[in-house]
Amino acid sequence: MTESWLRLAPGFFALGALAAWELAVRGFGVPVYILPGPIAIVAAFLTDPGGLGGSLLATLTVTLTALVTSAVLGAALAMAMAASRLARAAILPWAVVLQVTPIVAIAPLVIIWVGDPFASLVVCATIVAFFPVFANTATGLAAGAPEYFDLFRLYGASHRDTLLLLRVPVALPYFLAGLRISGGLALVGAVVAEFVTGSGGFASGLAYRILESGYRLEVARMFAALVLLSLAGIVINLALGAFGAAVLRARDGP
Amino acid sequence: MLDIVSVERRFARGVVALEDVTLRLEEGNFLALLGPSGCGKSTLLRLIAGLDRPDGGRLTWDRGRAPAAGEIGFVFQDATLLPWASAADNVFLPLRLRHVSRAEAMPAVHDALARVGLAGFESARPRELSGGMRMRVSIARALVTRPLLLLMDEPFAALDEFTRHGLQADLVALWREIGCTIVFVTHSIYEAAFVAQRVVLMTPRPGRIFREIVSTLTPGPDLRLDPGYATLVTSISKTMAAVLAPA
Repeated sequence: MTESWLRLAPGFFALGALAAWELAVRGFGVPVYILPGPIAIVAAFLTDPGGLGGSLLATLTVTLTALVTSAVLGAALAMAMAASRLARAAILPWAVVLQVTPIVAIAPLVIIWVGDPFASLVVCATIVAFFPVFANTATGLAAGAPEYFDLFRLYGASHRDTLLLLRVPVALPYFLAGLRISGGLALVGAVVAEFVTGSGGFASGLAYRILESGYRLEVARMFAALVLLSLAGIVINLALGAFGAAVLRARDGP
Repeated sequence: MLDIVSVERRFARGVVALEDVTLRLEEGNFLALLGPSGCGKSTLLRLIAGLDRPDGGRLTWDRGRAPAAGEIGFVFQDATLLPWASAADNVFLPLRLRHVSRAEAMPAVHDALARVGLAGFESARPRELSGGMRMRVSIARALVTRPLLLLMDEPFAALDEFTRHGLQADLVALWREIGCTIVFVTHSIYEAAFVAQRVVLMTPRPGRIFREIVSTLTPGPDLRLDPGYATLVTSISKTMAAVLAPA
């Protein structure tokens, strides 16, 4: 009994909060262009599910492309750094520069240089998402205890074997944890880039819908887009968590 | 097998890990390096393994060359198993690194696991095994290449006493069976007296060899009940106390 109540509690709390929100908006007569109630927000979504859904799809496409790019690039550069001290010295400072540069500041440049709107958005989102998966993988590749490296040296293991049989499996959980953080950041990066491109760019993402609804004072629609964004973020986070658990199960066996 | 002559090893900030260490390893002998923490016994083991180089002195192998990969087995204090690999795959590792195919290696892998009493545990993952069983896998991994020399760095220090006694007795039996040379680092007088034929006492700061005590006891599982064992433990304890007291 207690257990199931605990499981249902968040749902009931959310329902209560939504009801209170709706009642407050109605009771105080708050105009819908300042704060719409939950019902108005759902209604706004239902009047144009295709438009918002299409925008969500566009933003998700950018997000996932950027996430895959970050994962491949991050893992590859981290492995290059693990393989060679020269590569490490060459790469690391630039990775940090990339991380500390505010995306809002460089997005306009990226858009000018890259040209193609979709590619520009992917580049911006990749810049934001790249660092966690890269830094985590780099840490993981060096995380084996010294005795393990001694063991591999003792048996005359090649660099390649040490990388594939020791460093990579040890780094796997680090990479997956980094990937999960990067997943959320790829979405943030995609949305920020869409905001910067605004109506002049790739006019179909959720951020563009938010801007557009703002200009038109369609605040309920703006909220609907926001809710879709949060839901997308939550789903990405949970999906990457489940993916990570499955990969580690595959590595560690039943 | 090996002559260690006036070997010296210094670390940063003037720490002298080893000073003027001279020792000869005899073929087929079971030698224990005994001493308190910081006396350089692990450093000496790493020098023998070729994992580290001396700053002075030399190591001369009777065969005229340092052992090749796989001719030395090393067992660490931690079992250092790959947690994602089965017991068999862990034991297979040294052969795999020498590019032996799995099919070719499996008889040797099964044999090594059987020798340490783990037949039937081939597919078990390290986390499914107890601490003592993990150490047995680690010993099997060290034996799978049929090494001439087995180096062990406090392998049983992290185990409970009952498990430790079992492993000590099995190790001695294993050594008598396969007849390889063993250098066994320990900080336990009881352990050194039980397993070894030669007990080399080391003292810290700087790490030096203080004395060598040769055991005349017949190794075996019931050695602990032998009055001679108690005498040996007493004699080592007295020697050790004499050297450590003034410090």
